[in-house]
Amino acid sequence: MFYQESGQFSTRYRQDGRALRLWQQRAALWALLALAFGLLPLIGNDYWFSAILIPFLVLSLAGLGLNVLTGYAGQLSLGSAAFMAVGAFASYNLQLRLPGLPLLLSFVAGGVVAAAVGVVFGLPSLRIKGFYLLVATLAAQFFVEWLLTKFAWFSNGNESGVISAPPLLVAGHDFGSPAGRYLLTLIVVLPLFVLTANLVRSSLGRNWMAVRDMDTAAAVIGIPILRTKLLAFAISSFILGVAGSLWAFTYLGTVEPHGFDLSRSFQVLFIIILGGMGSILGNFLGAAFIVLLPIVLSILSSTYLSGLLPAGQLENLQKIIFGVLIILFLIKEPEGLARLWQSWRARTRLWPLRF
Amino acid sequence: MKNHLHTLKGAVVLALGLAAVSATAQAAGEQYFPLQSYRVGPYAAGGTGFFGGFIDYLQYVNTKEGGVNGVKLSWSECETEYVVEKGVECYERLKKGLNGAPAAATNPLSVGIAYATLERSTADKLPLITINHGRTDSTDGSVFPYVFPLQLNPYSEVSAIINYIGQKSGGLAKLKGKKIAVLYHGSPYGKETNPILELLSKKYGFQLVSLEVPHPGNEQQSQWLTIRQQKTDWVILRGWGVMNPVALKTAQKTGYPADHIIGNIWSNSEEDAAPAGAAAKGFISITTHPSGTQFPVLQGIKKTVLDAGKGNLADAKRFGTVYYNLGVVNGILNVEAVRLAQAKFGKKPLTGEQVRWGFEHLRFDDKRLKEVGALGLLQPLQLSCTDHEGGGAVRFQQWDGQQWKVISPWVQADRKLLRPIIEDSSHKYAKEKGITPRDCSKES
Repeated sequence: MFYQESGQFSTRYRQDGRALRLWQQRAALWALLALAFGLLPLIGNDYWFSAILIPFLVLSLAGLGLNVLTGYAGQLSLGSAAFMAVGAFASYNLQLRLPGLPLLLSFVAGGVVAAAVGVVFGLPSLRIKGFYLLVATLAAQFFVEWLLTKFAWFSNGNESGVISAPPLLVAGHDFGSPAGRYLLTLIVVLPLFVLTANLVRSSLGRNWMAVRDMDTAAAVIGIPILRTKLLAFAISSFILGVAGSLWAFTYLGTVEPHGFDLSRSFQVLFIIILGGMGSILGNFLGAAFIVLLPIVLSILSSTYLSGLLPAGQLENLQKIIFGVLIILFLIKEPEGLARLWQSWRARTRLWPLRF
Repeated sequence: MKNHLHTLKGAVVLALGLAAVSATAQAAGEQYFPLQSYRVGPYAAGGTGFFGGFIDYLQYVNTKEGGVNGVKLSWSECETEYVVEKGVECYERLKKGLNGAPAAATNPLSVGIAYATLERSTADKLPLITINHGRTDSTDGSVFPYVFPLQLNPYSEVSAIINYIGQKSGGLAKLKGKKIAVLYHGSPYGKETNPILELLSKKYGFQLVSLEVPHPGNEQQSQWLTIRQQKTDWVILRGWGVMNPVALKTAQKTGYPADHIIGNIWSNSEEDAAPAGAAAKGFISITTHPSGTQFPVLQGIKKTVLDAGKGNLADAKRFGTVYYNLGVVNGILNVEAVRLAQAKFGKKPLTGEQVRWGFEHLRFDDKRLKEVGALGLLQPLQLSCTDHEGGGAVRFQQWDGQQWKVISPWVQADRKLLRPIIEDSSHKYAKEKGITPRDCSKES
């Protein structure tokens, strides 16, 4: 009723090409930014920053990385965690071996290394598709984990393969406090989201979707398949690499190769399946679902049920509820939470008429 | 669908609101223990035993003495499943205490979670207890004021094992020319002690055969054939979970005697030996505490907690097993730290910073051990600002097919030899992190 296109006309091409075409959407975005940058650092506490907001942002970014590859370019991958690991360990080593390298630059450089690795493991995608490609990316997953565990050089001679974050200094400011780490994560995550949101609306993004929908047809109309697929792998791995660096540096502060195992890849995959393939907003929704819901369930159960059941059974009960919720959501809307949002929008446009 | 989302949002707000409200209901005069426990997942056997023992001991102190000097102990659990992120979330959720009762210390019993919460707990001034495990260099309390690898760190563990093999061979000098294999779990934990074993092999002149077993370790045929072919005199088993029984079974298949395999601190429980059946008979392992129920403190727990139906174990048969007793030992150490800190700061609920002082001044001699009813269960130990480990001794036990029998007195690690290595590592860490180590001569 209050949130629809009527009465908002574009009079310039620039206006027509905007990502958010309605003033309501733009206002909401600015309000969100004001909340994220202004209000939250003031009112948030350690728990909100360290246990909820930071992992939510980092996993949203990881979801975005995989969404570029799987949601937009249609290449299945189970190697997300491997590329995260490459990013984390590359940033760590660059920080370590190039003293004076700015922190943000080392995040970017870690992403670039991850992109290079991503391209190498993306090569099979030129020949194989679907489940077979999934197995090729699985190889990346196991190989990277093995490599980082096997050679202590990657973890600066630490026999246990554990790396820990350097001091988080950006331009002389220390971002080591929980609120600081949250802000640092935000400053890295948001530009990447803006960039990617614009990228998928560019000609490259349209090429990806053409390849996703039917690569033979895409090749026939002259889309360079090789370049398009490898760029998808590179950009996706770059984003995942940055997410991995954030995971190690701003979220946990220390990480071992095993922290980026197959289950992490699955987690990222579930984020985009639940959130919505080929959607930008979906990454946030999926990450919120995966990060927040188990915590909410756990807090609810420890508040209300802790005396009634043994702790182990309580935990299993939460797992059951979480699983049932996932199943219900996917039955209700196989295309994910972002699609739910869109259909809700479509309904409200017609309100008070029936949909 | 709009309603669905609303309900979800409402539930979240409601939950957090209620949690906040209940947290303000004062529970005056209590000391709180946040428990990052794991009762489901692959390591549940260890978690249920350890936290069962820990909780039962706290319960026992509450019932027997009404807490520590009248300050009741409280606790609540948060499930980590041994997963690092969940452990961090639990740490952040519980660190502020419960209903106004301040947190005394955190005991995650997980190397990964300990690593991830190490800097946080230092910043939050909350002691982090990593009994029998953790970062070896955190033994140096001048760099790690809030981290306590109590009783035994990984380096001391292998050093004590080598000393024991030396004793068995008729003196450390006799180790020259011997062959010792180490079969380790392919994880950070498994590899941690490799440099120390190499150092010891150079020092005593024995030959070291290092063999890695990839996680989870249910296939070890080739490793044991190598052990056979190399005619090794001893095998040190640094296993975890399913790897341990498989090692014992494979050893039997390849004809290697079980009484020349020495299990480390995570290969020493009933759950490690029993599944291997007859193959485990004669298997030796180290322990910082014997299993068994004959100790006065365990008898006390049985009488006041278990028999009153307040025990935490789902399976009462596990009372007195290795993991359970480790939990009891951990409880004794935590409560003693609170007691000591109360003597200094007053008989009231204490902050983590104050309890830390108690941990740093832990001192158990035979007299005190008798008083808490744990003589023979817990080794004599003394902590200080420079030494956050305190003991560094182990006993050896042998599996007789049914249970563990202690077969040696306390065997001490060569802590003098290890100290410079620990300090090298901790100073490197301090440099990396820009920490200025405390001056321990100024600590009271």
